[in-house]
Amino acid sequence: MEKSKKAMVLKRVQMPERAPGVRVTNFNEVALGYSPERAIQEASRCLQCKDSPCRRGCPVEVDIPAFVKCIKEGDFTGAIREIKKKNFLPAICGRVCPQENQCERFCVLGKKRDPLTIGGLERFAADHGRDKNPLDEPSKPKPTVKRVAVVGSGPAGLTVAGDLARVGHEVTLFEGLHKPGGVLVYGIPEFRLPKEIVEFEVDYVRQLGVEIKTNAVIGKLFTIDELFKRGYHAIFIGVGAGLPLFMGIPGENLDGVYSANEFLTRANLMKSYLFPEYDTPIKRGGRVAVVGGGNVAVDAARVALRLGADEVYLVYRRGEAEMPARAEEIRHAKEEGIIFEVLTLPVRLLGKNGWVCGMECVRVELGEPDESGRRRPIPIKGSEFALDVDVVVVAIGTRANPLLPSTTPGLELNERGYIVADEETGRTSREGVFAGGDIVTGAATVISAMGAGRKAARAIDEYLKK
Amino acid sequence: MFKIVKKEELTADVYLIELEAPDIARKAQPGQFIVLRIGERGERIPLTIADFDRAKGTISILFLVVGKSTRWLSDLRAGDHLVDVSGPLGKPSEIERVGTVLCAGGGVGIGAIHPIARAFREAGNRVIVVMGFRSKDLIVFEDEMRAVCDEFHICTDDGSRGFKGFVAQLVDKILKEDEVDLVYAIGPTMMMRTVCDTTRPHRIKTVVSLNPVMVDGTGMCGSCRVSVGGKTKFCCVDGPEFDGQQVDFDLLMARQKIYLEEEKLSMERYEAKGEGRRAKSERRVKDEKRKAEGECRKVKS
Ligand SMILES: Cc1cc2nc3c(=O)[nH]c(=O)nc-3n(C[C@H](O)[C@H](O)[C@H](O)COP(=O)(O)OP(=O)(O)OC[C@H]3O[C@@H](n4cnc5c(N)ncnc54)[C@H](O)[C@@H]3O)c2cc1C
Ligand SMILES: Cc1cc2nc3c(=O)[nH]c(=O)nc-3n(C[C@H](O)[C@H](O)[C@H](O)COP(=O)(O)OP(=O)(O)OC[C@H]3O[C@@H](n4cnc5c(N)ncnc54)[C@H](O)[C@@H]3O)c2cc1C
Ligand code: SF4
Ligand code: FES
Repeated sequence: MEKSKKAMVLKRVQMPERAPGVRVTNFNEVALGYSPERAIQEASRCLQCKDSPCRRGCPVEVDIPAFVKCIKEGDFTGAIREIKKKNFLPAICGRVCPQENQCERFCVLGKKRDPLTIGGLERFAADHGRDKNPLDEPSKPKPTVKRVAVVGSGPAGLTVAGDLARVGHEVTLFEGLHKPGGVLVYGIPEFRLPKEIVEFEVDYVRQLGVEIKTNAVIGKLFTIDELFKRGYHAIFIGVGAGLPLFMGIPGENLDGVYSANEFLTRANLMKSYLFPEYDTPIKRGGRVAVVGGGNVAVDAARVALRLGADEVYLVYRRGEAEMPARAEEIRHAKEEGIIFEVLTLPVRLLGKNGWVCGMECVRVELGEPDESGRRRPIPIKGSEFALDVDVVVVAIGTRANPLLPSTTPGLELNERGYIVADEETGRTSREGVFAGGDIVTGAATVISAMGAGRKAARAIDEYLKK
Repeated sequence: MFKIVKKEELTADVYLIELEAPDIARKAQPGQFIVLRIGERGERIPLTIADFDRAKGTISILFLVVGKSTRWLSDLRAGDHLVDVSGPLGKPSEIERVGTVLCAGGGVGIGAIHPIARAFREAGNRVIVVMGFRSKDLIVFEDEMRAVCDEFHICTDDGSRGFKGFVAQLVDKILKEDEVDLVYAIGPTMMMRTVCDTTRPHRIKTVVSLNPVMVDGTGMCGSCRVSVGGKTKFCCVDGPEFDGQQVDFDLLMARQKIYLEEEKLSMERYEAKGEGRRAKSERRVKDEKRKAEGECRKVKS
């Protein structure tokens, strides 16, 4: 008896997943979430540590033991209330946060064996709140007659907008695309983050009183200065790091070569996986090579597979251990049959009648660490080889899109074009202008963008009181 | 939602639509474009702002039906709404006082060249307009263009009106007779390319407006990459206007063909399905009427 109880504490309650063979045929969500019984069982593993080290790993300081305790006691509504005090987007974070590097990394249980599945429990509580028990109407605060413009509706912008609306400011959220959500709608695929969840969370922000204006490309439709002239007292910039990088190798403009942003935007935002029901086309099938090793590359590879590719290669210039993608996603990709070509550097794309038909690569070995601290790939002489491909997706990172900064005089940028902002307040070189998320840090995570949004909201509220 | 306040069929398969979009109208400059989505399942398509009325709060687009989205757009009526219109996108034309500016427009490129010619004239330039069409039945915007230039030329491929030949040939003729400081050429890719070939020996700067396939129109996807002077540019944010003599037109033309198969499928489905059917039968009646009047000709630029 004693022994089996201990085993239960050490081992994770697994979250059910769709079988690889089934899931590659559609865009349905892969991880299926806990049942109430399983959630309670998993929650019961929590030791309710006094000093709760897990909280230190959470960028928005969710009271983890408190919400886990609620789940354990069957009070699922209490759990989601507890989380929502700190985290606006729990159904999203529960799915896409790299918990293994955050809260779960600090969990005491992890010292012996499996840390608590904090992300899975967060997701469970959030889904429960959504399905069973629509959250209470947000209470209407006293209006402050201060107006705030938030530019960009990714996690950073949504958090700032929500936080400021909650304390009574009048907030308008400007989004350049036709749908709010940022990377959550255009980048992260349906099978990892169903879009109806993003819509639900965006609606919640709307219910708080935030006015969302889509099709509003700031810098074009209005500049930051024009927004001030229109009566906004403070402005938050959360426009993300949306400019795709290419490799700069010959053949990159051939037909069939996509940036990951384009490939994923077509598939996710424009729903081209449902073409011709939806009008936006995308190339389907064939052999697809995705270049890169982060979440974006793995997402693109898994999308290509679901679009019916015969073979999908993930071409990465360092080793598998160096891949920045989440471990879980790498596992999923492998289960689904994606072929990993690591320690491989593309040198040239080959074309036939304007279409890409091959990718010339060279194998590399890892040398001394470079400025990012990761070991530098060095080509191995004579190891050249070519992959036959019909589609290439370049997912080697993004930079700041200069569209907004270039129309905002006096806004200080760093040498890579990101906005210089104070880490604690989001304050920029321009009076009344704050910034946060990927446009300040470079491509990072959903939760860090939210964290930056939260801090900026606090600072903006202070600023408006003056 | 963006309301259509006016729709007009200018000639076979060429339409002018005036849209209620006060914020865009207030900011629009010559050379800029919008990206629109007709309905919830629609794609994002770029169209040049052919005109804007800041007081009325409207913008106009002039388009040729080439596939499903433009066909669908042509089937809408005044009072209908588009779900999304984003703009003004792209860099405005660089309007300066340079002396004599030749503005050459072919086909629906006329829509784009119109506000540019007007702006150059307002800036104190002498403006020569050259308009080219397949034949006289397809001429659009003539009065509008005449109103914004000092000298007006027109050509048709079949000689049914004005100079017989292509825009580039007429431009060549004018350049041989006249002092021109700047050429603007906007129209089908082939026309822009041949105009650039014509102006090159004359060493006259020639600005063209490129139209690669786009998605967002804000520099986020790279679908619109073009090569100018050996460098890759994103047409939607770095352009759409570029120095035509530096443009790799072969690449542009190749990249415009990426989705040929899918575009064909989309169009066939639209024409076959109920959504397009009523409009289609209305069109057939109209086409027949036109044929009876002896002025029908199918355009495909
Ligand atoms: C494919 C992909 C997968 C990812 N997977 C994960 C993951 O699993 N876990 C994780 O934590 N993170 C992941 N990330 C990273 C994470 O999504 C980002 O770090 C996060 O979304 C950044 O948030 P943000 O609010 O700063 O900007 P974004 O989410 O980029 O949103 C910025 C918004 O601003 C809009 N905008 C831009 N310019 C303008 C303008 N001029 N005017 C108006 N609006 C404008 C954009 O259209 C966009 O909607 C992933 C990213 C990608 C691309
Ligand atoms: C900046 C910009 C401004 C534009 N302005 C105008 C305008 O003012 N008036 C206008 O009529 N069109 C304009 N276009 C072209 C217009 O966007 C396309 O004709 C439209 O997207 C076609 O959509 P569709 O679904 O009807 O046709 P599709 O089914 O997408 O295409 C059908 C046929 O048209 C060709 N085609 C598709 N896209 C383009 C394109 N971008 N350029 C040239 N040929 C294309 C295809 O190769 C195919 O043969 C512009 C394009 C850009 C990039
Ligand atoms: S560290 Fe782990 S066991 Fe301790 S309170 Fe946090 S989640 Fe529970
Ligand atoms: S259309 Fe996406 S970058 Fe130009």
